[in-house]
Amino acid sequence: MSGRDEILTRVRANQPASRPLPEVPTFDQETPASIDAFKAALVRMGGKIVEAPADSHLDALIRRLFPDANVICSAAPEVKGNRPIDTIRTPHELEDVDVGVVRALFGVAETGSLWLSEAQYRINAIGFLVQHLVVLLDPDALVTNMHRAYRHKAFFTARYAVFMTGPSATADIEGVLIHGAQGIRTLTVVLDRPR
Amino acid sequence: MKRIDHAEASSKFIRAKDHIEFHDRRLWDLRQKRDRESEYLPEWEELRSLASAIKEHTLANLGDYLEEFERNALANGARVHWARDAAEHNQIVFDILSSHQVRTLVKSKSMLTDECDMRPFLESRGIEVMETDLGERIQQLDNEPPSHIVVPAVHKLRTDVARVFSQTIGTDPKNSDVHYLAESQRQHTRPYFLRAEAGMTGANFAVAETGSIVVCTNEGNADLSVNLPKLYIACVGIEKIVPRIEHLGVFVRMLSRSALGSPITQLTSHFRAPREGTEMHIVLVDNGRAERLGMEDFWYSLKCIRCGACMNTCPVYRRSGGLSYGATYSGPIGVIIDPTFNLRKYSALPFASTLNGSCTSVCPVRINIHEQIYKWRQVISERNQLPMIKKEAMQIAGKVLASPKLYRAAVEATGAGLEHLPRFMLYNRLNAWGRQREVPKAPELTFRQWYLKHRARKRAKR
Repeated sequence: MSGRDEILTRVRANQPASRPLPEVPTFDQETPASIDAFKAALVRMGGKIVEAPADSHLDALIRRLFPDANVICSAAPEVKGNRPIDTIRTPHELEDVDVGVVRALFGVAETGSLWLSEAQYRINAIGFLVQHLVVLLDPDALVTNMHRAYRHKAFFTARYAVFMTGPSATADIEGVLIHGAQGIRTLTVVLDRPR
Repeated sequence: MKRIDHAEASSKFIRAKDHIEFHDRRLWDLRQKRDRESEYLPEWEELRSLASAIKEHTLANLGDYLEEFERNALANGARVHWARDAAEHNQIVFDILSSHQVRTLVKSKSMLTDECDMRPFLESRGIEVMETDLGERIQQLDNEPPSHIVVPAVHKLRTDVARVFSQTIGTDPKNSDVHYLAESQRQHTRPYFLRAEAGMTGANFAVAETGSIVVCTNEGNADLSVNLPKLYIACVGIEKIVPRIEHLGVFVRMLSRSALGSPITQLTSHFRAPREGTEMHIVLVDNGRAERLGMEDFWYSLKCIRCGACMNTCPVYRRSGGLSYGATYSGPIGVIIDPTFNLRKYSALPFASTLNGSCTSVCPVRINIHEQIYKWRQVISERNQLPMIKKEAMQIAGKVLASPKLYRAAVEATGAGLEHLPRFMLYNRLNAWGRQREVPKAPELTFRQWYLKHRARKRAKR
């Protein structure tokens, strides 16, 4: 017998008596998908929030936020940057990027999380290999909590999907919080309605 | 195989006063943060019940869900492998890597690959294995297994890390600044992400409905490990299955809250299908799990989502350190899992508990951990796996506790003994209770003496 069949046979022989699968409520009757809750949750997880500028010039905003950045690469059409993402052939080429820019599909008010997949990233490594990440988020594209978030149909088509909640972090040495463990050092969310 | 002597193994850690005090405080802090998070969610207890019910249902139908998972993973373009045991797992991984001429593998933390002892297997066959989680990397460089399933190097102080890093990755031995140490590891690790031909993760969950692998991390190292190389291998214990995507809401809301007291991990990543032009391999591993599923009292331990809350709350774990358990899984959850791997080797572990039940009350999937610990003690004494001294003591205790007369005599004698015995008779090698603690001052009267003096007289007057 193959390993597969042997394991399945053993599992079936040993399974305890069946019991029902419960329905999972969404637990969000009393909680609106509030942008204030989203902001508070994200800040707690180490993220920053910036309102879109009145003149809606996002490239200038990013320049102001990161005056020392040499390479800015954007996967969002609203931001031009100076390293066109279309010219990148392997994800490794993002290594020298100081600031990456991407637009999230939606946010989660409960946790301050952003939903991103290959459709938004274009190259997934832009969310991790660059030093700083700017994420554009439509403040109207919010769900209340993780139960709502996991009912989004995008999970069924994305090859890769991630809830990003703040920058890369670790507290593995004496519990001291460090941002920028292996991935991005900072995460800045720009609240910006798509035009 | 030699029996692990938890008490003996912990004595070294207990002697390192700074370490044990910090360890105790740090883990208790995580426990308190967990409490704050759980109290913040009014539905917390309901979530625990849902999580438990979803897991029990899944385990009771695991054969069907595993096949559903496999079907969907294959349809997504992933390849699925099945490993009966650790040796088969390691061989499968090696075969995948060597058929792709992989020389360097970057990986995120996986208790399963530790359980299978995968790293030495691959390294002895010429494959460089890079742990990319900071805590796990510290342990790899120090040639030690992780001492905690969530915070692998929690037993080390910053000065220990400075020593390890200075000897291995060339940091300044006198600089134990935490930011400096973490930044040094980041800089040291980056080139490995760029040159590795393969990436590996474990799995927090595997979703039958979509064939997705779900990985929860804070550092971003799993996402780097998967999204740069052209080959991705996920190592998954067969008990990690959940039926549907929407069930993740229940588990993800509780995992990091229970583990670290944060609402969610910085990253919750879902790997459903390979990136275009790359390969994704999933290795489903049994290694004793199917057998455990058939153990009437113990199959509930398969519900575990590896949050570590039971370890953080356990007074024995906090004051003895994970390494003293001599097993991949330590603390209360380890105590009930390890004997299923090797009853004799781990027969002392179920005694490394006060049975206070704190583990059970913090468990997000409602595993009856302390009851299982008690049941393991029964199994171990029935199968004659108790060490001699414990057996003698238990037999005497059994006789004394069964007879009211003997019990009274013993209690009175103990009180008198505590009062009058010289210190060397209380604090010596034979009395385990006197080793790390002061024996409390005995009351002047035993409860029975007090009762007879006060209550019995009053009743007689009435």
